Amino acid sequence: MISVEGLGKTFRVQKRPPGLLAGVKALFHREYTTVEAARDVSFRIDDGERVGFLGPNGAGKTTTLKMLAGLLQPSAGKATVGGLEPFRRSEAFLASITLVLGQKQQLVWDLPPQETFELNRAIYGVSLPEFRKTTTELVELLEIGEQIKRPTRQLSLGERMKCELACALIHRPKYLFLDEPTIGLDVNMQETIRTFIRGYNEQYGATLMLTSHYMADVTALCPRIILIDKGSIAFDGELADLMSKGRTDKRVRFSLSREVPVAELRAVGNLVEHGAAEATFEVQKDAVSALVAHALQVLPVRDLSVTDPPLEEIMRAWFAKEPAQEPA
Amino acid sequence: MSVRSTARSMRAMLRIGFLDAIAYRGETIVWMLSTTMPLVMFLLWSAAADGKPIGRYGAGELHSYFLAAFVVRQLGGSWAAWQINMEVRDGTLGMRLLRPVNPLVHYAIEQAAHVPVRAFFSMPVALLFFALDPLIHAPKEPLMLVLFPISVLGAWALSFLMNVIVGALAFFIEQSVKLMDVYTALFFVFSGYMVPLDLFPEPVRVVLDYLPFRYQMGLSVELLTGALSPGTALRLVAQQWVMVALVTLSAHAVFRRGVRHFEAYGG
Repeated sequence: MISVEGLGKTFRVQKRPPGLLAGVKALFHREYTTVEAARDVSFRIDDGERVGFLGPNGAGKTTTLKMLAGLLQPSAGKATVGGLEPFRRSEAFLASITLVLGQKQQLVWDLPPQETFELNRAIYGVSLPEFRKTTTELVELLEIGEQIKRPTRQLSLGERMKCELACALIHRPKYLFLDEPTIGLDVNMQETIRTFIRGYNEQYGATLMLTSHYMADVTALCPRIILIDKGSIAFDGELADLMSKGRTDKRVRFSLSREVPVAELRAVGNLVEHGAAEATFEVQKDAVSALVAHALQVLPVRDLSVTDPPLEEIMRAWFAKEPAQEPA
Repeated sequence: MSVRSTARSMRAMLRIGFLDAIAYRGETIVWMLSTTMPLVMFLLWSAAADGKPIGRYGAGELHSYFLAAFVVRQLGGSWAAWQINMEVRDGTLGMRLLRPVNPLVHYAIEQAAHVPVRAFFSMPVALLFFALDPLIHAPKEPLMLVLFPISVLGAWALSFLMNVIVGALAFFIEQSVKLMDVYTALFFVFSGYMVPLDLFPEPVRVVLDYLPFRYQMGLSVELLTGALSPGTALRLVAQQWVMVALVTLSAHAVFRRGVRHFEAYGG
């Protein structure tokens, strides 16, 4: 279980206006400001849960993940991961976690990923049969049989990310902290990685905390969402609750048997999206049936579906406030 | 960090360090060319001597000295400061800290794995010079031949540890490699790399006995060229290892403090 109580982190950062004069001034006198990257963060995550940790840039997501992985010392509060205090970075703790940062890598740049896998095997004391079994599984699931034999520097971003993930899981960690694991990847690659992460969670009962700017990652992987904004928890609950919280609207999407002029579509309701033979309307929950009945009369409807607004839109509305402070 | 996990992974770390060192053949050779300063100094000093001895150095002594300096530089050099500086600045040190291995030991093993590669490329050059230059003396004293590898190991350890200290300053300042450049310049002058130390005035030599430079280079060269009496050689090698112990403690303290700073300010 991951238990976090009143966790806080402040950074003292240099304040320097742009410009040559300010640069010269800073040689003699430096001004500092304190940034509160995380404030009174509390939550509990049971073993085996998959949790999306969301928030705008600078909200404190990565800071919190780094505190949970033992890389940052909290300024306040307490956290335990599997009953162990992260910041001590005990061998048992390090063997039970993995932190994947989309922008940082542990693979040795000039050598094939296979070599770093071997290194991790030795470091974490994974037995040879277990290593072979795990590697075979990971290589198959991620389809990286050829890539692990080529120097890391020659791999594409997506191939490298898949190899990073495999490398991070050689020791079969119980707690996965994934920070933007699909950043910069194409849609197919993102889907492969999502499928893989879900499979790992189900197979090994691993606990997952994920940050991502791709809402598709979150909706596909995380039944539970924790929102963080300006360093504080803004929401903690089921994804479904988040989707409906404060929203009374629905999306009704119609597939049409022929193209309909936009003016005619607009006459039906609040049109938010349209294509060659499709149209999506935003409508209040209690007006869905009326809209559908009307549309069936005036449009050549072939099929229809009623959904919540996309998570991106909910998040945009949630965070459409003043921008959060950027931590160091 | 666990001693057990560090010990069991030593072989794998050595292997990775070695493979990394041989990943770029071209770069290794270019790097070697950048460390041929003693061979250049050999020509410069020979020209300056113009057939006459400088101090105790006749032509044969000068040739032997700078060939030995070339060998010691190849075997006793370390360049960890650049790696540490880079990893601190781009944050990849964090990935290293998340492994249950002492990061300093990990750096040391990776750096040590480069030595055989450098030896592979440089020793044939040294042997060629030795074979073709009749003025170069072969070391004769058995004691010196025993003390030489011990002193080269000490030279490497000191070189690595000083690199750790300076590299770890990247935790606190923007660019510790600039400081390493300053340290390297001092090393060039005061280690015996460019100028044999016994050509310095006596007061300077006394001070140099308490600084790490001589133990990173000059001592090993003096042992290989038979410039020291057995008593002095033993005393200096003992002093070198005392210095290794002291610098180990300092490097550990600076790095540990740096990691605390890293944990507090950025990770």
